[in-house]
Amino acid sequence: MTQQDMTGAKALWATLAAHGINTVFGYPGGAIMPVYDALTFYPEVRHILGRHEQGAIHAAEGWAKATGEIGVCIATSGPGATNLVTGLADAMLDSVPILAITGNVARHLMGTDAFQEADITGITLPITKHNYVVRDVEELPRVIAEAIRIARSGRPGPVLVDIPKDVQLAAYHGEIAAPHARPEIPAPKPEAIEKARELLRSARKPVIMVGGGSLDAAAEITALAHAWDIPVITTLMGLGSFPASDPLWLGMPGMHGSVAANRAISEADVLLGIGLRFDDRVTGRVNGFAPNASIIHVDLDAAEIGKIVRTHVPVRGEARVAAQMLAEGAQKLDLPEWREKIAEWKTRTQDPDHWGAGYAVKAVVDRLRPDDILSSDVGQHQMLAAQLARFERPRRWINSGGLGTMGFGFPAAIGAGMAEPGVRSIVIAGDGGFQMTAQELATLKKYDIRNVKICIINNSFLGMVRQWQELFHERRYSEVYLGDSNPDFLKLADAYGVPAYRADRAEELPEAIDAWLNDPKSSLLEIVVPNEHGVFPMVPAGASLSEMIETEPPRPTPGIEKNAAAEEAKNA
Amino acid sequence: MTGPFDSTPKDHLVSALVRDEPRVLTRISSLFGRRGYNIRSLSVGSTEHPGLSRMTFVVTGDRGVVEQAMRQLEKLHDVVKIIDHSLEKFVDRELVLVKVAITPESRVEVRQIAEDFRARIVDVGRHALTFEVTGDEGKITAFIEQMRPFGIIETMRTGRVALTRGSNADIPSHVYHEGETEALRPVVESAEPREEKARGVPNLF
Ligand SMILES: Cc1ncc(C[n+]2csc(CCOP(=O)(O)OP(=O)(O)O)c2C)c(N)n1
Repeated sequence: MTQQDMTGAKALWATLAAHGINTVFGYPGGAIMPVYDALTFYPEVRHILGRHEQGAIHAAEGWAKATGEIGVCIATSGPGATNLVTGLADAMLDSVPILAITGNVARHLMGTDAFQEADITGITLPITKHNYVVRDVEELPRVIAEAIRIARSGRPGPVLVDIPKDVQLAAYHGEIAAPHARPEIPAPKPEAIEKARELLRSARKPVIMVGGGSLDAAAEITALAHAWDIPVITTLMGLGSFPASDPLWLGMPGMHGSVAANRAISEADVLLGIGLRFDDRVTGRVNGFAPNASIIHVDLDAAEIGKIVRTHVPVRGEARVAAQMLAEGAQKLDLPEWREKIAEWKTRTQDPDHWGAGYAVKAVVDRLRPDDILSSDVGQHQMLAAQLARFERPRRWINSGGLGTMGFGFPAAIGAGMAEPGVRSIVIAGDGGFQMTAQELATLKKYDIRNVKICIINNSFLGMVRQWQELFHERRYSEVYLGDSNPDFLKLADAYGVPAYRADRAEELPEAIDAWLNDPKSSLLEIVVPNEHGVFPMVPAGASLSEMIETEPPRPTPGIEKNAAAEEAKNA
Repeated sequence: MTGPFDSTPKDHLVSALVRDEPRVLTRISSLFGRRGYNIRSLSVGSTEHPGLSRMTFVVTGDRGVVEQAMRQLEKLHDVVKIIDHSLEKFVDRELVLVKVAITPESRVEVRQIAEDFRARIVDVGRHALTFEVTGDEGKITAFIEQMRPFGIIETMRTGRVALTRGSNADIPSHVYHEGETEALRPVVESAEPREEKARGVPNLF
């Protein structure tokens, strides 16, 4: 391409291509048209058209979460840009590297309330790691390169670049910016590591807890745990950072955590946290969290250390490096009493044995192969999947942890599936959340995506909210019934040309799952379950982990409320 | 004060070197606002380096709050360096304009007090004098107190500005300083084992 032909829009694509970005998700519109026009000159970059910008950014997140590489999404100004907000907030809380590019009105119109103008940098300021408005075309490639570096380096996160339309059209004369090297992260201080080792050596009831910041340190963490012989808890975001088949694994902590994990935290005398931020869904009531433990907190984000829980040994650095350093000079701890206690707690799990959401989720996750990617939406099915699935590797579990975004799961599964076309990308969703981004069925059809497997656990309710209403609002089921107005999911799938299967009863399930998974195309399975099930164990919000309710409290007359609610909903 | 860590809210003087980019101020104030940190005063000006501005904040809170605020600040791409002035020797100044009501009887006394404070008269009216005073916070507060009985019509304070003393312009960012950190404070002041371990452990960042 000659220099004369180079516009801001072309410089954008050339920069993305120079950074090895080969897939972007997006949706066009007036203020981003020059970029879409320029796209036709860059066949090396594949653009995936979603059906809603929220779908596009969640797909980019799914891509990023599965691969650890940056996800890119593009939207027009105003409504297109504001439709990215949920995904940006989601990526911020889960530390997902995202580059969001938005068009804006021409510079002379900015600030005049022009057609489709929104101050998207202002709107997204608190939910992005950084954001930019490019006011000078000569700055564009440099800004894009810097945005990519910021999104990927340190604690990853979303970065938004807003490009006025006239800047996209302006002639560009400069070079195309090459990728920045990732800045080196200083290694943890040896003194800090030594202090941590001292604490570990003195421990009688130690436990290691790892989060989403440990996803790229699974091998090192496994070696560390074995070197000291210390049990490991993986948070919702850290599932897969330690193999579930390992006898040292205790499951997930927190609100819907395992008995073993929560009891171990409550009794531990030393807690080594790596790459986690002590979310309130993990800690329960903070001053009841690990009340007897000295806490070692490893994080590369200094602001996380001491933010929620008091830290006795702060270790600033990368999980991978810190775990490696901590494993050096380790000595196996001989702690028979601790081991015995843990073994007893580990028996306190129940596999769901009667027909319901848990049973259905178990039947699906039992069919996972180690390479399969499992995404989930948000709700009871998400917690059930997190409790029941057994992840052996990191980056196989994709969900919206920090923001809890309904509508996330399905598009994220599309993004993950496109990143790894050779791998099955399975998503478990609720009947509520699936409908928030169901239109992305069109994306499967448009790109003939074959590896996305959608499973809808249909309990006719916004189940998780219903569970809370049951426990904390005397069963007043306010606005949570969906059964009277859910679509026929099979017909919905059929309308988009996606093959679909249904199971209503436990006996039908194996065959339906087979048919669904064996279908050569992307396909949908609706599992219709009775709705009166809760997710347990559960730590009520505001309680401490030791106040966990282990099993579902008995209900007086199961089933009656369901019908009452259904009647009420119908009569309303 | 309980133990080595003071949890009573205090004013902390903090400086930040920031990039001169659009929205820097919004970013910083939005961060403070969202997390509920109270900024008592804020002054901003350009520096000897093109493209960099210096801000001086007075943040009110206990040490934990202020440390957390500083770490959050340092994460912002626009923020190049943070200095907690309580950790270094520093000079600080504030400028204030004070408009004091005068009568023919009080005029001389007001001028005399102003002279004692080395306050400059910057505007003379029939019924009011406006003074400019620079100094540290104590001096300014004392001046205002002296003038109060005569009737203060308006005041405008710039907020404190501060620089470290000496030629140590290269002191590193203070976010990861080596002193004790609030992060090491025990959860419950009386919880013995935790407190024992926590005290005196250096910040190992
Ligand atoms: C966008 C959004 N809106 C509302 C909520 C609150 N919320 C959390 S779980 C839930 C119910 C989800 O219902 P469903 O998708 O049917 O899944 P289930 O809990 O029944 O498995 C709701 C409404 C949310 N997390 N996200």
